[in-house]
Amino acid sequence: MLSIKNLHVKLEEEDKQILKGVDLEVEAGKVHAIMGPNGSGKSTLSYVLSGKDGYEVTDGSATLEGNDLLDLEPEERAAAGLFLAFQYPVEIPGVGNMTFLRTAVNAQRKARGEEEMSAADFLKEIRAKAKDLKIDADMLKRPVNMGFSGGEKKRNEILQMAMLEPKMCILDETDSGLDVDAMKLVAEGVNALRTEGRGFLVITHYQRLLDHIKPDVVHIMSDGRIIKTGGPELALEVENNGYADILAEVA
Amino acid sequence: MDNMTLKENDGVKEGVDQETVDAVREVGGKYKYGWSTDIEMEYAPKGLTPDIVRLISEKNEEPEWMTEWRLAAYDRWLTKKEPDWAMVDYPEIDFQDQYYYARPKSMAEKPKSLDDVDPKLLDTYKKLGIPLKEQMILAGVEGAEDAPAEGRKVAVDAVFDSVSVGTTFQEELKKAGVIFCSISEAIREHPELVRKYLGSVVPVSDNFYATLNSAVFSDGSFVYVPPGVRCPMELSTYFRINAENTGQFERTLIIADKGSYVSYLEGCTAPQRDESQLHAAVVEIIIEEDAEVKYSTVQNWYPGDENGKGGIYNFVTKRADCRGDRAKVMWTQVETGSAVTWKYPSCILRGDDSQGEFYSIAIANNMQQADTGTKMVHLGKRTKSRIVSKGISAGKAQNTYRGLVSMHPKAKESRNYTQCDSLLIGSECGAHTVPYIEVKNNSSRVEHEATTSKVDDDQMFYCRSRGMDEEEAVALVVNGFCKDVLQALPMEFAMEAQALVAISLEGSVG
Ligand SMILES: Nc1ncnc2c1ncn2[C@@H]1O[C@H](COP(=O)(O)OP(=O)(O)O)[C@@H](O)[C@H]1O
Ligand SMILES: [Mg+2]
Repeated sequence: MLSIKNLHVKLEEEDKQILKGVDLEVEAGKVHAIMGPNGSGKSTLSYVLSGKDGYEVTDGSATLEGNDLLDLEPEERAAAGLFLAFQYPVEIPGVGNMTFLRTAVNAQRKARGEEEMSAADFLKEIRAKAKDLKIDADMLKRPVNMGFSGGEKKRNEILQMAMLEPKMCILDETDSGLDVDAMKLVAEGVNALRTEGRGFLVITHYQRLLDHIKPDVVHIMSDGRIIKTGGPELALEVENNGYADILAEVA
Repeated sequence: MDNMTLKENDGVKEGVDQETVDAVREVGGKYKYGWSTDIEMEYAPKGLTPDIVRLISEKNEEPEWMTEWRLAAYDRWLTKKEPDWAMVDYPEIDFQDQYYYARPKSMAEKPKSLDDVDPKLLDTYKKLGIPLKEQMILAGVEGAEDAPAEGRKVAVDAVFDSVSVGTTFQEELKKAGVIFCSISEAIREHPELVRKYLGSVVPVSDNFYATLNSAVFSDGSFVYVPPGVRCPMELSTYFRINAENTGQFERTLIIADKGSYVSYLEGCTAPQRDESQLHAAVVEIIIEEDAEVKYSTVQNWYPGDENGKGGIYNFVTKRADCRGDRAKVMWTQVETGSAVTWKYPSCILRGDDSQGEFYSIAIANNMQQADTGTKMVHLGKRTKSRIVSKGISAGKAQNTYRGLVSMHPKAKESRNYTQCDSLLIGSECGAHTVPYIEVKNNSSRVEHEATTSKVDDDQMFYCRSRGMDEEEAVALVVNGFCKDVLQALPMEFAMEAQALVAISLEGSVG
């Protein structure tokens, strides 16, 4: 599904290499986790995949179902089925959360040549999905992420993911800043979306999210590279011993 | 902002909807109303002389007193100088190189049915989005009043170049006692009202453009709502400049008698031409005791092209006089068009406990220049005013908010709240805020808040990562920025305004 080969990325404005050859293959129906120390390039990877400005790909490729992602505008990547749950969701004053989502859903549908979702269907669906994530009517009306608590912002990202029904979901530290209950809600939201056709790339700092979202494959990233890949046990190893051992082992 | 009792508007119209986006697509970056109608016109000779003033008066079959009033204004105008204090810059206007009067020839006689109407005129109405029944009535078709109406009723007066071409729903309004007609008709049919109120809010000598307007105004709308009457429908006027080199000078006079209510909408468009065109309107509103007037404008005159060629020079004087106690006025304006805008809808809060509100969105893109704002003159006790101004600049445009809040010695315990926000798109445009505040008593309070922000890359990326293209994303963010003002507009206008916001920012990103 998502295929990343030898991806090299530097900052556009500075001569600083951040990704130094990332190889990763996420199959449909699988959950891959990426763990790694702060500053290893995890967020950069997610931004480059979704098309944020400010980065330059100097080598390598990234494709989604065979389509070259790096050639597309961010909105085209979204329409192709890529979704990023932001580490720091952005606030948009004056724009109702629901209006935002409806604009997004219909923009994607239009880009794919599909029929737009009627207001009634949209309302029905968003209410049902919001309920599962314990997002109340008030939060749906409020301006996008304005005055939301950390947990509310993250749940809102999952709501967007549920409504947009992407093929490939990238979650960037969706667990950071969440208490245990909020994390469970988020994890349930993600698990509900696990289907055969959908791939997940879950970026996290801690093992605890992976107790709730069981990964099929775990990667360790350091200094712009994936230095080790294994099963769920690798996350436990990090949990118990930190990154030091793994780093030393690879060095 | 504690004690403000001005009511918040409910009925939320959030953000951008599909229509906005469709409108953007459909228009594809072009000014939507840029077509011109090829209709046979009758012109007065170019230039301004006492004879032209007399001719305009004669064409409108005006009584003597009106002709004299105009000629007196003309004499005053000769002694006045064009103001130069606004932050706008444009080539000198040759006032002798303009036509001051033009009207479609087909208006000379009343058509019997739609078949007799110049199809091009009908086409114009259709493009302006005026419903069929209103189109018929405007074209003056006999019996059109009895045709079934579509949708919600809005009475329409259309002013095509210099003349009012027709007013709809006159009969129905008459039943309620409301007079809604062209000002030329009012001068003929209701001289007692016109004589009493015309020039009583904006005196003939008020400013250069108002004086000019007083001499040469050719038509406009007139509204009188009698005591205790709530006008049964929204009233609306569409102004359109069609003819080339023709100045448009409309005069609008609205009188809300004691305890009455009326909501009035004004829409403006003009064809796309390389030559700049002049528009100098005057709007006077009189609000008596316990009466309330809402005046909404969506101004979409042609703004000129990306290089600043063509476009309307818009010099407008709009003023409301809250004469009675507890009188209320609310100005809402969406200014997206014009090459140059010079406009400060004002409120004279004369009656005790009277209230004035001003909600404004001013968008300037490409080479547009907007210098707009309001004046709140507090004269009565416990008067309240509220100003919410949203200025958006893109391209190389300059956008200035200029506001005056004045608390006179007798205006005890009065309040003003001003919120003035500017949004910049790109790095070549400018936003300026020029507030003047005078407080001459110690029990009144004035609050002013101002912010300047940029459409931020993170917001754009967030929207785009959810599937919106750049234009949709900007429209969404900007509509969010303008939300407080959009909410103050009547429903239909709010939709139109949202679409306009999107259209007028076309090409401002990427
Ligand atoms: N826009 C940027 N400007 C400057 N440095 C950046 C930028 N984006 C990322 N970096 C740097 O790149 C490295 C990787 O950052 P990031 O991808 O955020 O790591 P992680 O998400 O793994 O903590 C860090 O050293 C960070 O400071
Ligand atoms: Mg990160």
